[in-house]
Amino acid sequence: MWTTALILLPLVGALVVAILPLPRESTAGLALLVALAEIALWVAALGRFDFDDGGLQLGTSREWVESLGISYSVGFYGFSLWLVGATAVVFAAAIGYAMWVGRDRSRAYHALMLFLLGAVVATFAAQDLLLFYVSFEAMLIPLYVLVGVWGGERRQAATVTFVLYTMAGSLLMLASVVAFGVTQGTFSLTESGTSDNVWIFLGFAIAFAVKAPLFPFHGWLPLAYRESPVEVAAVLSAIVSKTAIYGFLRIGIPKFPEPADDLSVLILVLACAGLVYGSLLAFRAPDLRGVIAYSSMAQMGLITIGVFAFDDLGLDGAILQSVAHALVSASMFLLVGMVERRCGTSDVDALGGMARGRPSLATVVLVAGMIALAVPGSATFAGEFLIMAGAYQQGWGYSVVVALGIVLAAMYTLRVISAILHVKPGRAVREEALDLRPGELALVLPMLLILLGLSLWPALVSESAFVAGTLSEILP
Amino acid sequence: MIDTPTVDWLALSPTIALLAAAGVALLSALLPAWMRKSVAAVAALVGFVVAAVLAGVLFDESSTSEVLLEGTMVRDQLAAMAQLILGVTGAAVVLASWGEQRRENHAEYYALLATAGAGMVFFVGAEDLMTLFLGLEWFSLCLYILVAIDSERETSLEAGLKYLIVGGFGSAVLLFGSALVYGATSELSFPAIGAADPSSDSFFYAGLAMILAGLAFKVSAAPFHMWTPDVYQGSPTSVTAFMAAATKTAALVVTLRVLVTAFPEQTDVWTIAVAVLAAISLVWGNLGALAQSDVKRLLAYSSISHAGFMLMAIAASSERGGEALLYYLVPYCAMSVGAFAVIAARERELQAPVTLDSLAGMGWERPYHGIALWIFMLGMAGFPLTGGMFGKLFVFSAAYDAGDWWLVLLGVAATAVSLGYYLNVVRRLYMSSGAELRLAPAGGSPPRDPALSVAIGAAVVVTVGSFFVVQPILDAASDAAASLPF
Repeated sequence: MWTTALILLPLVGALVVAILPLPRESTAGLALLVALAEIALWVAALGRFDFDDGGLQLGTSREWVESLGISYSVGFYGFSLWLVGATAVVFAAAIGYAMWVGRDRSRAYHALMLFLLGAVVATFAAQDLLLFYVSFEAMLIPLYVLVGVWGGERRQAATVTFVLYTMAGSLLMLASVVAFGVTQGTFSLTESGTSDNVWIFLGFAIAFAVKAPLFPFHGWLPLAYRESPVEVAAVLSAIVSKTAIYGFLRIGIPKFPEPADDLSVLILVLACAGLVYGSLLAFRAPDLRGVIAYSSMAQMGLITIGVFAFDDLGLDGAILQSVAHALVSASMFLLVGMVERRCGTSDVDALGGMARGRPSLATVVLVAGMIALAVPGSATFAGEFLIMAGAYQQGWGYSVVVALGIVLAAMYTLRVISAILHVKPGRAVREEALDLRPGELALVLPMLLILLGLSLWPALVSESAFVAGTLSEILP
Repeated sequence: MIDTPTVDWLALSPTIALLAAAGVALLSALLPAWMRKSVAAVAALVGFVVAAVLAGVLFDESSTSEVLLEGTMVRDQLAAMAQLILGVTGAAVVLASWGEQRRENHAEYYALLATAGAGMVFFVGAEDLMTLFLGLEWFSLCLYILVAIDSERETSLEAGLKYLIVGGFGSAVLLFGSALVYGATSELSFPAIGAADPSSDSFFYAGLAMILAGLAFKVSAAPFHMWTPDVYQGSPTSVTAFMAAATKTAALVVTLRVLVTAFPEQTDVWTIAVAVLAAISLVWGNLGALAQSDVKRLLAYSSISHAGFMLMAIAASSERGGEALLYYLVPYCAMSVGAFAVIAARERELQAPVTLDSLAGMGWERPYHGIALWIFMLGMAGFPLTGGMFGKLFVFSAAYDAGDWWLVLLGVAATAVSLGYYLNVVRRLYMSSGAELRLAPAGGSPPRDPALSVAIGAAVVVTVGSFFVVQPILDAASDAAASLPF
């Protein structure tokens, strides 16, 4: 029941927001209220969740298409509950940001955002292959319009590449869903057995690799992250990318243990390549959005290494890193948006020297940056360390690459920090550009505080994401 | 005394209801001009609704199939379900036609629409080669006139002529094929043809091929689709809607029935032929649609590609395939009628053919029509939250089950290509501003058209509803498919 409520609340909210003819501010306020209610509901669900039990919890199951064995069946494991928590927080911040900047066509905008939230939660909760496919695809509908209508100048090109890439992946997944479901006689993830068909696995793997994105399926990423409204880019990089991780964890690995094992070297190598290549691109990107976009790709490579390490350290690290990266990346994107609003650009060359006279901005950017570059003691450091330790089981080479990735992350993050705050004032930075307003602080600070909390106690997530029961269901 | 066959009036009742409605509609030509249109339209609407209700009763009461009229017709759940779909589709088309700005010919229009409906309802129950041809010509003749009914528009006349010539050719091919099959087996009724064993007779196979080709003309499957874009574009839009939904439904259901009941021994031959037709339709329809700027033409090519998907289900030659076909038809008909209804509304507003350019900004200016068209496009592309997704899923599962995995991959690729033009429509609706519109709108708010809005609303409900309520439709579809001897 709790899971269904978490899915339905934003969907109903979307409908209400779309239908009620309220003025712009009230519409946005209502949407924000729904997003906050979603957080409250999640906290309540968290209270009822028994982390010692490794099985599926808070679930519901109802027949949908009996003759094919398709059911509406949802529920949470520890790791998916944490992913949903990050989702609720990031969406609340994104919707708050949209309210702060006053997006036009407010009813359509916020209805689509809430619809997206519902679709993402449904993806993380799906325990039926078809329901997973449905929610995975349904995310694309609002994203297409959100980028295409409210995006930047080259938004149409961005939507076209984004949709072509993701749909090519999704349709391969549909073929795999059909093949897997028909051979198993059921689409339920809890009831179906395993398959050793490499082709079916590849259909899923490519869909997830595009969504994440993993090297070399990242062709859509630069345009989409640059041309989206900044809070949509935040949601894309922080949350939507994590549905791919959930897909690997819930479907790719448990349902295809042999193909996943056989291809793990290939995937690990690609993930390592993505980690290094993404980090280098982030270091070379001429604009802040580019830096964060490519760093997000690098981080997804890192998390994938953790997933395909196939041991509990790597998996725990992958989930901790997913949650931490979601919050860091969303904070960074929103901060970039705030800088863009002041300077009209995110070109590194045109910025600089904003620290002087803007103490809040300086502090917040510095803290977010420190966490992003995984300073020892931060939640991201804990995540990356666990992934590194986990990857060691598969081969020491992977750990070396992860370590290299951490160094590169420090390089590009420091570049962002100094590009915004230090050096001499850039040409786009006007003297009268304001410090962060209280409203803006209220959007970013909660996420940073959660990150600081996780830095103090990373075990909260990493120890509870997978317990013995879950692991035996997931690990091949 | 001459022996008269016993007549099962209930089985014929949908046909009779529609013929009666056609009669009333035609007689309304005698009424004063101001009430002609409403009387004719209401008569046709009532006819279609009654036919649909009777078909529903028939579906309920025909759990075993029975032949009637000396074996020329059959009463079974397959026919009843097709009749139900046809009746509801026809009713929606009547509603969408209501606001058509036509000066005269109202009585004739609705009478022909109801007669065409009667012909289709008759056609889907055909059980021998005579009734097959009779039904086909019956509704085709009505459609030839309907396509050309706006005789003041040259494109309408041109479309009518094209459809007449190509459709006449298609019928001739079907008739020739029937003659060959009769020659080889000396049988007219489908089960009797199926029981005969003329496998060594090459004329028999030629006849099978020609019957299939004749039906493919009506299905507008490539390579027998040449008439489709021109005729869909030139016809009055409500007639296009009727052809896209109803003609396809009737022709596909009959194709399934003929192949399964009359040619069970030749399954390995015709499954390949149908699979090839499906493949060509998928490729041609989708690639053709990419290049279109006129929306009706675009939807014509899209209907060719949908014919390809549905032929995939027939090519599976299994109960699962039949089930998939019948399920697919439900959202497909709703989406087609709905999409053409939105186009009709836009056409009436702009007083000009609707191109992609003239959809610019429509999503924001006419939110109801915009959202509806958005849903129909997503549905045709097989997105979730519409029945189109389950349609594709069932068709793919049936094809995969039958071992046609290459067809599944082709279908997936075709779906990917189809996003190019379906999402292009959405892009015009929402991401281009109305200021880019090259044609000046007629001005002010659009003419109110509550009947059309009802039709669009019903189409949206069916499109989305068939996603959530799958099992009942699927049960009906599997009962219907079970009436064929797979």
